[in-house]
Amino acid sequence: MPFIPHTPADVAAMLDVIGAPSIDDLFDEIPASLKVPALARVPPALSEMEIARLMSERAADDGRPLSFLGAGAYEHHIPAPVWALATRGEFYSAYTPYQAEASQGTLQVIYEYQSMMCALTGMEVSNASLYDGASALAEACLTAVRANRHSRSRRVLIPRTVNPTYVEVVRTIAGNQDIDLEMVDFDPQQGRTLTASLQRYAGQDFTALVVQQPNFFGCLEEVDELTDWARENNVFVIAVVNPISLALLKAPGQWGRVSGGKQGVDIVCGEGQPLGVPLSSGGPYFGFMTTRMQHVRQMPGRIVGRTLDAEGRPGFTLTLQAREQHIRRSKATSNICTNQGLTVTAATIYMSLLGASGLERVAAMSVQRTNELVAALTAVPGVRVVFSAPRFHEAVLALDRPVAPVLAALARRGILGGLDLSERYAELGHALLVNATETKTDADIGRFAAALADVQSVAAGARGAQMSRRAAPLTGGQ
Amino acid sequence: MSEIPADLKYTKSHEWVRTLSPSSLEIGITDHAQAALGDLVFVEIPEVGSQLTAGAACAVVESVKAASDIYSPVDGTVAAGNTGLANEPELLNREPYTAGWLIRIDVAAGQAPPLLSAAEYAAYLAESGE
Repeated sequence: MPFIPHTPADVAAMLDVIGAPSIDDLFDEIPASLKVPALARVPPALSEMEIARLMSERAADDGRPLSFLGAGAYEHHIPAPVWALATRGEFYSAYTPYQAEASQGTLQVIYEYQSMMCALTGMEVSNASLYDGASALAEACLTAVRANRHSRSRRVLIPRTVNPTYVEVVRTIAGNQDIDLEMVDFDPQQGRTLTASLQRYAGQDFTALVVQQPNFFGCLEEVDELTDWARENNVFVIAVVNPISLALLKAPGQWGRVSGGKQGVDIVCGEGQPLGVPLSSGGPYFGFMTTRMQHVRQMPGRIVGRTLDAEGRPGFTLTLQAREQHIRRSKATSNICTNQGLTVTAATIYMSLLGASGLERVAAMSVQRTNELVAALTAVPGVRVVFSAPRFHEAVLALDRPVAPVLAALARRGILGGLDLSERYAELGHALLVNATETKTDADIGRFAAALADVQSVAAGARGAQMSRRAAPLTGGQ
Repeated sequence: MSEIPADLKYTKSHEWVRTLSPSSLEIGITDHAQAALGDLVFVEIPEVGSQLTAGAACAVVESVKAASDIYSPVDGTVAAGNTGLANEPELLNREPYTAGWLIRIDVAAGQAPPLLSAAEYAAYLAESGE
């Protein structure tokens, strides 16, 4: 059954009215070099039966690997009620509805979500969500540029311990708006950003400093010292946080010392996926952003407020819309005005079900499992921990050989062994980023360690043979 | 009919301009502008010391239904901002020509901005049907 509402006759009639020979002619202004004639592995139109079969086959190709891959998206247990409730017809939309106030239930969920995110991050206002963690950081940088009145430079300090894919997205979005990024190196022993390394920027005009906690390596940054440095230099602090970690770690609203009656960072953002959203081959996820009331008009996106109606009854309403693009057009605070309503609904239900103590148990168990994983893997000959800083639920390990072939061999054994860091962080050598959450059992960790030992010994034999033949240097990179 | 004090100058973008001294101006929005915008809920004014360019946006006034730019009539520097508006934006609606002033500007030398007299502004409002 076709679901396309226009018959070829309808299309021809419409083209005739506007005088265009074909639909393709409507896209004339897009240069031919940007058009993709065919997508690899995407077939031409199929029937419903054919497409269902193709998609099941493709899904089966993924297998059901045992995953120790984190790097920004984390596999947590999602209680069954979360998606049973989130997919009810009343909630089942990614959008805030038109005539939003007619959907009081939807607005109340967003209001509850905003309240929870403020409590979790220690901030005063939250928006209704953004696309994902990476774009949330880009929007946070733009927010800082608008809000930091002490700075005119549009320069943002970004440590290399921030998720590199986030940095790429910031470059794409903010880089085209005359915002410069200054990358800050990390301490190679500790795996975190030293406040001392910021001293060379003291006295210069920077708009914001980004601090990711825990950082991309899973290490804990010295957030108090970094925040104090930024305050002293009139630099905003943008915290990028894993929301699960905030059950154990200090909320960004409390980072640094109290000075001038103020404490903590200016903007908090991050990836909301760990809160009840499945990995789903990479999305959809959602980004979150919270800030101080004084910056609320500079924050992008929808905000739901609680109010009283004409008869004095409590209700929920979209608020501060005057700064959005459907009213302010090109002068809007941001061109973001949608949000990830469905995944936010799931996150709200997830947080409600777990509560503060449940989140704390998830976080603590993830830390414990990661420690056990690191102990098991570093017992394998040739594997060691790279960084000395305390960690949350992720760690960088160094192998004694290139990581990519090891990961490929593990994948053949049904194990996603983590992320190969050697391309983005060549100075770390054969570095592998691994994660374990509460979903991993002793048996899972044992299976990974055994497989790694097996792969390492097999590869060592093969490599040894190859080495004697080619006499290649042992320490050479790939 | 909106109030248009005779001792002030006006712009076509509905700002009023009060000459405080040969090199100093005070600006705000006209009675007509505040009535058209409705209940004002927020005012964003530039920091003292900010550089202003004639014809460029220098402040934002926000009502429940719209946010509008305020344009500087001259090149100059912000000498003072009406900080009271942060807590009491309704002053813009209640007393647009007095307590609701927006900013005071130190005018850069040698400018004669093309401003309207009260009579010209009244005529402009009448002819633009406003």
